[in-house]
Amino acid sequence: MSNQAATLQSAAEYGTPTRRRVMGLVFLALAGAIWFLFANTTQAGVATTFTLNPGGSQANFPNLVFDTLPLLHALAFACALIGAFQLVRGFGKRTNAVLGLVAALFIFAFLSWVASGASLNLAGLLRATLIRAVPITLGALSGILCERAGVVNIAIEGMMLTGAMVAAIFGSLYGLWVGLLAGVLAGGLLAAVHAVLSIKYKTDQIVSGTVINIFSIGITSFISAKFLARYRFLNNPGIFPDIQIPGLVDIPFIGPIVFSHNIFFFGLIIFLTLLHFGLFFTRWGLRHRAVGEHPKAADTLGINVFKTRYTAVILGGMMAGFGGAYFTLGSVGRFDEVMTAGRGFIGLAAMIFGNWNPFGAFGAGLLFGFADMLAARLAILGVRVPSEFLLMAPYIATMIVLAGVVGRGQMPAADGQPYEKEGH
Amino acid sequence: MPPVLELRNITKRFPGVLANDRINLTLNQGEIHALLGENGAGKTTLMNILYGLYQPDEGEIFINGQQVQVHSPTDAINAGVGMVHQHFMLIPVFTVTENVMLGDESVKVAGVLDRQAAAERIREISSAYGLAVNPDDYVRDLPVGGQQRVEIIKLLYREADILILDEPTAVLTPQEADDLFKIMHSLTERGKSIIFITHKLREVLDIADRITVIRRGKMVGSTTPKQANQSKLAAMMVGREVDLSVHKKAAKPGEAVLAVQNLQVADDRGQVAVDGVSFTVQAGEVLGVAGVQGNGQTELVESITGLRPAQGGSVRLLGEEITHADPRRITELGSAHIPEDRQRDGLVLNFPVADNLVLNTYYQEPFSKGAVLQQEAILETARQRVTNFDIRTPSAETRAGSLSGGNQQKVIVARELSRPVKLVVASQPTRGLDVGSIEYIHGRLIESRDQGVAVLLVSSELDEIMQLSDRIAVMYRGKIVDVLPAKGASKEKIGLLMAGVLDKAKGGKTRKDA
Amino acid sequence: MAKKETKTKAPADKKKNAFGIFLEELTRGSLLIPVLAIVSGLLLGGLIVAVTTESVYTAWSRSPLEAIGTGIDAALRSYRALFNGSIGNPERIVDALASGEAAAIRRAFNPFLESLTKSVPYIFAGLAVALGFRAGLFNIGAEGQLFIGAITSVYVGFAFTGLPAIIHVPLALGAGALGGALWGFIPGLLKAKTGGHEVINTIMMNYIAFRLSEYLLRGPLQRPDTTNPISPFIEASAQLPRFFDSPIRFHLGFFIALAAAYGVYWLLFKTRLGFELRTVGANPNAARYAGMNIVLVTVLAMSLSGALAGLAGANEVLGVNYTLAPAFSSGYGFDSIALALIGKSHPVGVVLAALLFGTLRNGALQMQIAANVPVDIISVMQALILAFIAAPAIIRTIYRLRTPEHQDDELHVRGWGG
Repeated sequence: MSNQAATLQSAAEYGTPTRRRVMGLVFLALAGAIWFLFANTTQAGVATTFTLNPGGSQANFPNLVFDTLPLLHALAFACALIGAFQLVRGFGKRTNAVLGLVAALFIFAFLSWVASGASLNLAGLLRATLIRAVPITLGALSGILCERAGVVNIAIEGMMLTGAMVAAIFGSLYGLWVGLLAGVLAGGLLAAVHAVLSIKYKTDQIVSGTVINIFSIGITSFISAKFLARYRFLNNPGIFPDIQIPGLVDIPFIGPIVFSHNIFFFGLIIFLTLLHFGLFFTRWGLRHRAVGEHPKAADTLGINVFKTRYTAVILGGMMAGFGGAYFTLGSVGRFDEVMTAGRGFIGLAAMIFGNWNPFGAFGAGLLFGFADMLAARLAILGVRVPSEFLLMAPYIATMIVLAGVVGRGQMPAADGQPYEKEGH
Repeated sequence: MPPVLELRNITKRFPGVLANDRINLTLNQGEIHALLGENGAGKTTLMNILYGLYQPDEGEIFINGQQVQVHSPTDAINAGVGMVHQHFMLIPVFTVTENVMLGDESVKVAGVLDRQAAAERIREISSAYGLAVNPDDYVRDLPVGGQQRVEIIKLLYREADILILDEPTAVLTPQEADDLFKIMHSLTERGKSIIFITHKLREVLDIADRITVIRRGKMVGSTTPKQANQSKLAAMMVGREVDLSVHKKAAKPGEAVLAVQNLQVADDRGQVAVDGVSFTVQAGEVLGVAGVQGNGQTELVESITGLRPAQGGSVRLLGEEITHADPRRITELGSAHIPEDRQRDGLVLNFPVADNLVLNTYYQEPFSKGAVLQQEAILETARQRVTNFDIRTPSAETRAGSLSGGNQQKVIVARELSRPVKLVVASQPTRGLDVGSIEYIHGRLIESRDQGVAVLLVSSELDEIMQLSDRIAVMYRGKIVDVLPAKGASKEKIGLLMAGVLDKAKGGKTRKDA
Repeated sequence: MAKKETKTKAPADKKKNAFGIFLEELTRGSLLIPVLAIVSGLLLGGLIVAVTTESVYTAWSRSPLEAIGTGIDAALRSYRALFNGSIGNPERIVDALASGEAAAIRRAFNPFLESLTKSVPYIFAGLAVALGFRAGLFNIGAEGQLFIGAITSVYVGFAFTGLPAIIHVPLALGAGALGGALWGFIPGLLKAKTGGHEVINTIMMNYIAFRLSEYLLRGPLQRPDTTNPISPFIEASAQLPRFFDSPIRFHLGFFIALAAAYGVYWLLFKTRLGFELRTVGANPNAARYAGMNIVLVTVLAMSLSGALAGLAGANEVLGVNYTLAPAFSSGYGFDSIALALIGKSHPVGVVLAALLFGTLRNGALQMQIAANVPVDIISVMQALILAFIAAPAIIRTIYRLRTPEHQDDELHVRGWGG
């Protein structure tokens, strides 16, 4: 089995002929989809209007108006051209960037098609995408923290859920900031349990994660039904207000989209940057990753594998707790049973999709958030695509990535393997 | 001046094994001290103790005359001891700089890595000792020799004075090995001291200042290259033990059962492991494949039994082409396989003995009828085989994992030899077993031979090869360097062939690739 | 004859049945651990009930001792409610028996029958995960497979009309099994062919199933006369027969579940395929050595596992709900992992664990009404039990048990890479 996996892996490595052809065909398929699915169902002479003015902005932009059909044809043609080049010559190392470009073209074509004969607020769309990406990416960062040190964490969902509830209760009693802190600590506490089970007792990490998930759903629903439903004052924390970054928020178009959010968005940006920098540019990160790749090698160089893993998992739990607090203190303003609704698992998917890299996960989070947001708006636009299929997209995409079709990701080599010292 | 390192009476026990038995060793400054012994002799265990990975049960360690306690690699590093492990402790997705600095990082403020400074030091070390590496390369892109240089730089970066090199040449090409020897000399010239673990005789004589031979966890003796020669070292390493003489009649070789032609097989890393091997095994004879482990025997056996794809050449069993056949077809054609690693491949330890006895025939009558297993038939057969093969087990339903090693192996032997087979491929069939079981299994193999079965025996135990074989093929670096009749073959000569010394071995008719 | 001789020599072998093997396996891994884990989980659940009871805090202001008394009282009240709700109120049972009225007796025993009914999906889903474990596969996707099974069976249930029950019921059940099997087949194939880890893929398949069911219930499968996302009622001919009048919901599915448990036992321990499956799970290297087709076995095992989970869904819609609404499953997917682990991946163990879970779930409703303890406390207890089972060292430490010399590791931790 391992032999077989190894050969498959090498076949899917970047730059091999197989991968080149597969990607070329993918590009061509997207071009075909634009042409046949979108353009062929669009009437000639219809126009798409993109509004570029988010609410609350002073600057006024003219609307972008396109003739839908020619635009779609142009986009299909562009994708086909890129696909043909990829098939014949290949983009080599830039293949992933080109994949991004083609994906962007495809999404643009999709939006043009969706809004044909109507108008679409592009700015509002982008802002909503950013907001939806927040909990997903925070979940992914939680996973990255744990898995980069070699501990699988499928309990992100549970940690988020508990973080959300604890944040709501403490936020209601002692104010938003105390609530936030409590939510973060609650996530850390659950993670500590995961750490003890999987590092000390060497329980299967997936079983341990399952324990946390069942426990979290149970205890939050229990407390919610027992107390929160009855004592409304325990579940009324309010939400963090939006912060406008002075100066930057006035940048036309971009300003209101990016620089006017509550602390969870800015927190995400800060953690994202910190984690990226920490992982790849500091001593802490080097050791952290070493433990996830080859714990024995790290051990032979005097690095404490167990301590590193405990720290990683607990920090990961705190990140999930922060992400959980988003739901109550950053979005809804109260706790509802199982309100995370699988965002933790999408976060897990985003982590894989983003190749265990913080910014990669953010990219995946944006993509998944976009699908999430679009699904909510399709109904409003009265579109022909069932929104559920858009919501499936992240999961299907993750499975495709995992199957190595578009180049195998590099997961930490020792992910999921408990470390055992020998000879003692 | 005291020796830089002295080990006194180091003893280490693992469950059921005495890995190190009161071993003494001294290392002087600027010296290359070779630790010679077969695989599993206990060399690596000893060095892991010195490096703090294992704790000794008894014994003391002195460095520069001072007794030290080495509880962890950190202690060892602080005491100036560094080790290049046989399996490199490198992280493929890290750069050379990152691998070298890990655990002893150069940092700027707030723990931010100073890669520049570290790379600079690596370049200095690299030029001082002639260790050519580029600090910015990723380790996964380096050839094996380059990875080894990174490992050595890791030690020098930590200013280790005592360097342990565990089987450093096992993975190298001859040219790379020569480069390594140059590096070792340049290290000792600058006052470093080296412990060099190997099982290759010629290297030892070429490079070591002193030689200590270990066999089965015990120190056999110490010598110098001047006093020793290859055959003497081979004798010390392989040992002369009580002759477990096997009574056997003269072989009556019949038709060719297994014919291997120009076979080429790759190892797990994609390197050529079996390099154009050709031989035949005839009915009614034992062909023994001798050789130091790691010279392609494992891959050869796996390829013949269908577990590893062949890259080229052909394997024929009774005239049938089986080069690319799957294990089941090969089994059904009448091949029996006693695998090298019985617990990994040969048994399901959590299953009862009975199930293990039908592990590859469960689907045939009478063990299955249609899709349904016939437990009665399986158990009944199992009980017979337990009796016939003298398997000491409380019952046929006992977990195989709870049996002793010898009885586990008898389960495999019983399973494989109870079928009507034409060929037996036995790989290291008695490794780690007690004398009684060894004798029993030897007897069984000879019995098969006398019944007209062709037996291919692969073993790194020279005694075993000599006792059982009718003809002996010696494997070295993926090739069969010679095939000679067992009668009249001397241990010394085979030892030399095993060590790759072809010119000195008499009857120098080296069998070339067909 | 030699045959006769061996038979008389070892009569113990003849008597070996499913239960025997299970007991043997349990005692080998120490029967004590699961029992102690369950007891500890229930006790800790009681503790949580006690500390979340308001009256305990008012009592605390008077005296700590009184608070403890109040707490114990609250916990006991909850246990009693749990018992009455799941097994039956002993007094009522006695009264009903004394009265001799058939209807009253049935009503008195209804809690017990309802517990059995609640166990049905647990049995199927637990068997699904256990079968996967035996083949070395971690099927975390029982939830999604169950959903798809429910969808396909409900579709066959309402779309086909005019069939006699003897055809319609098996057809609907088969459709459920097939749907679940498809949902298991995909991750199985991906695992065998690409090494994509089944844990991630089955999680992804879960969410795809949820979205798919949402779409179907608001689209093709929606009940015509409503705007709610709910399917039409299935034909009466597709309903699993019930044994008593309403409100007793105990239905044929329970016996089908027991039959499935026996079927899984038979498959695992009596057939060639089961032998291959267990060998691949216990030692894939040895399986390869023995000439088994690992790809085929892996795909089959995941498909069968999915089929069992699909049957869990089918039984819920065909036996209890008669229709499909969104989110009708309440975490069977995760619970089934607990079931398989508590039952040591053996069908008998799984059935016992499923009866326990079904009983707890059912009793919890009564507990909520009578003792004002939300049903979700059951999930908490289940999580605790699972934690103790998965980390027996904790139980050994608490109860000062000796560590056994040999431990079966039925579950091997594997990285995402497969």
